[in-house]
Amino acid sequence: MKKTAIFGALTVAGLAAGAAGAATLDDVKARGVLNCGVTTGLVGFAAPDANGEWNGFDVGVCRAVAAAVLGDPTAVEFVPTTGKTRFTALSSGEIDLLARNTTWTFSRDVDLKFEFVGVNYYDGQGFMVPKALGVSSAKELSGATVCIQTGTTTELNLADYFRKNNMDYQPVPIETNAEAQQQYLAGACDVYTTDASGLAATRAAFENPGDHVVLPEIISKEPLGPLVRHGDNDWGDIARWTLNALIAAEEYGITSANAEEMAQGTDSPEINRILGTEGNLGEMLGLDADWAKRAILAGGNYGELFEKNIGENTPIGLSRGLNAQWTDGGLLYSPPFR
Amino acid sequence: MSDTHQQSIGYVRDSMLPQATPPASETGAVKWVRQNLFLNIPNSILTLVAIFVLYKLLAGFLPWFLNGVWDAPSIRACREVLDGDAGGCFAVLTERWNQLLFGFKYPSELYWRPTLAFVLLFVAIAPVLFRKVFPAQMLIFTALYPFIAYFLIWGGSILIPIFALLGFVAGYLVYSRFVTQSFAMGFFGGIVAAFVFWWITGLLPIEGILALEPVASRDMGGFMLNLILGTVCVSLSIPFGIALALGRQSDMPIIKWICVVFIEFIRGVPLITLLFVANVVLAYFLPPGTNFDLILRVIIMITMFASAYIAEVIRGGLAALPRGQYEGAESLGLDYAQSMRLIILPQALKISIPGIVNVAVGLFKDTTLVSVISMFDLVGMIRGPILASTEWNGVYWELLGFAALLFFVVCYGISQYSQWLERQLQTDHR
Repeated sequence: MKKTAIFGALTVAGLAAGAAGAATLDDVKARGVLNCGVTTGLVGFAAPDANGEWNGFDVGVCRAVAAAVLGDPTAVEFVPTTGKTRFTALSSGEIDLLARNTTWTFSRDVDLKFEFVGVNYYDGQGFMVPKALGVSSAKELSGATVCIQTGTTTELNLADYFRKNNMDYQPVPIETNAEAQQQYLAGACDVYTTDASGLAATRAAFENPGDHVVLPEIISKEPLGPLVRHGDNDWGDIARWTLNALIAAEEYGITSANAEEMAQGTDSPEINRILGTEGNLGEMLGLDADWAKRAILAGGNYGELFEKNIGENTPIGLSRGLNAQWTDGGLLYSPPFR
Repeated sequence: MSDTHQQSIGYVRDSMLPQATPPASETGAVKWVRQNLFLNIPNSILTLVAIFVLYKLLAGFLPWFLNGVWDAPSIRACREVLDGDAGGCFAVLTERWNQLLFGFKYPSELYWRPTLAFVLLFVAIAPVLFRKVFPAQMLIFTALYPFIAYFLIWGGSILIPIFALLGFVAGYLVYSRFVTQSFAMGFFGGIVAAFVFWWITGLLPIEGILALEPVASRDMGGFMLNLILGTVCVSLSIPFGIALALGRQSDMPIIKWICVVFIEFIRGVPLITLLFVANVVLAYFLPPGTNFDLILRVIIMITMFASAYIAEVIRGGLAALPRGQYEGAESLGLDYAQSMRLIILPQALKISIPGIVNVAVGLFKDTTLVSVISMFDLVGMIRGPILASTEWNGVYWELLGFAALLFFVVCYGISQYSQWLERQLQTDHR
């Protein structure tokens, strides 16, 4: 009976995905609201404030897409998802876009039938140690006790890294980030390892953040990005190019402050094409000419979003690192708007 | 010898000694301390250890509590105010209390509605809990309460709860019309009548008639959500549990096996699995676009779970009754329904009270599991939005302590009530 139920579920899922995937853009426009999947709360990336307004770096992507498609950055219904419910929420059609710091992996892209539209944050696994330990490189961590979240890819990455470097370690398995924070502060482990952005956020919550250092080594690739369902390429294009518009806007110096002014026309044809004063890129997407301008005005370009939510002036204090523009030695590289 | 006895003969005392106060060690607090705390050496050692532990606990807790900061915009501001001293950052409670109680999306100008529903809850359950104190007429309000509470919390047109109520009335009328001919006819006729009524009224355009501002289920959260789930599921699962327990003891094989399979299946599956089914799997079975209310799905699942457990508790009560009670009921010429209603169930339920309360308390605490399927109940609010905000990331004890306090108050109240009820129903002679 259970098996039948599972097969039934899969069949229906397939049908549902096919049906719902037909014209997400029309559905969203008819509904007047973008259903955007976010986390139930991750510092700096997505969390509601005291007034119940969602804020954060991932939330910024949702708002930009809503602004591009519907003309209103507040026309978003945020659907909080956990790590366990996020993929079913997307494939069942409950949400149109999942912007939930999800790592782009082969199996998620291919086997789960999703389409990652880009990368909005290049993360990687790092280590945090107390400054008093006097460690300056992860290569010196041989024999350390390591707090590690069980059942995650970080656990496997850690084992690989230590084996590769011929070092041994003592794992202290923990369940959640909150628990890790307490265990680490209580001295149950010398090292805490998780994604670098998570380490920075955890460290920012400490009473004396200066007593702890994040080591320079990054031992895994975790490209986090928004994703949509397979089967509706038009909708995927809209999400992909909205994200690219935010990245390109930073590269070309379009900000939320000067976008209106630049939209009067500039000497740079690429800026003009993005802002819709030249060419018909918006039309190709099935949107109007102003789509990218609205997306940029929603929360600013990529750099502004970064600075406002997770940048160096926020309590989280992440530096751009890999997430700088390619012109500044980072990995952000938007294909041309042409 | 003192001069008191100077006239007495040496060996006979004929005058009374004045009453002396008992020695200091045999009276009052000193005696109590000696008897209870320092009776012998092991006892004294245990007392000293206990005092030491208590001192340690209070020495840690009191400065933290009394020195707490109640007004600050963020945890960093808290730490600045404390400047290295021990002290809790209770400012998170003063800033986010509304989110902890109502969730972060319930419109703040409408908080009076769930609050009123909460107050009315006490009015509604008082005549059920204290039957001898309150007049029986108040039970009418109890019957109306679910509809009033729905209207207050969810808003929308007043006609929705009214039609829902009328559906029950229609079902009851049909039932009482046909029940004289046959119970089954009345029972199923009533159900059909109610559904037909709801289906017809569902087609009527009642949007916005006498409406309060509607609030979507998705916007419910905080302790309110725990209370909604707890109250609804406990009150629904008791009648279902009784029906299942009786069904399991039935002589009719189909009914018996349906009940057995249901109970054993539900008891064999963890609640968290059922919740995942409610949240994730059902979404696949429903056609895309349908939005079968998530709270309703969760209520159905938790009710199923709780009724299976309560059914087993009540079955224990039924089994504990001596065979003579059943035979006595039969010998009086009562039919099945009468004997159950008048003889068996009152005794069986009385025996089952501690078990039922146990399930109810456990169930109420289990409602926090919904945080795993991304519903923002009290624990979900803490673990998700509040700890993930840049202002409050890192405040654990204050928030979770507050949650523990709220749950303790409710659960302790339930258990005190059940002990009182047991004493009330105590009919055996000791």
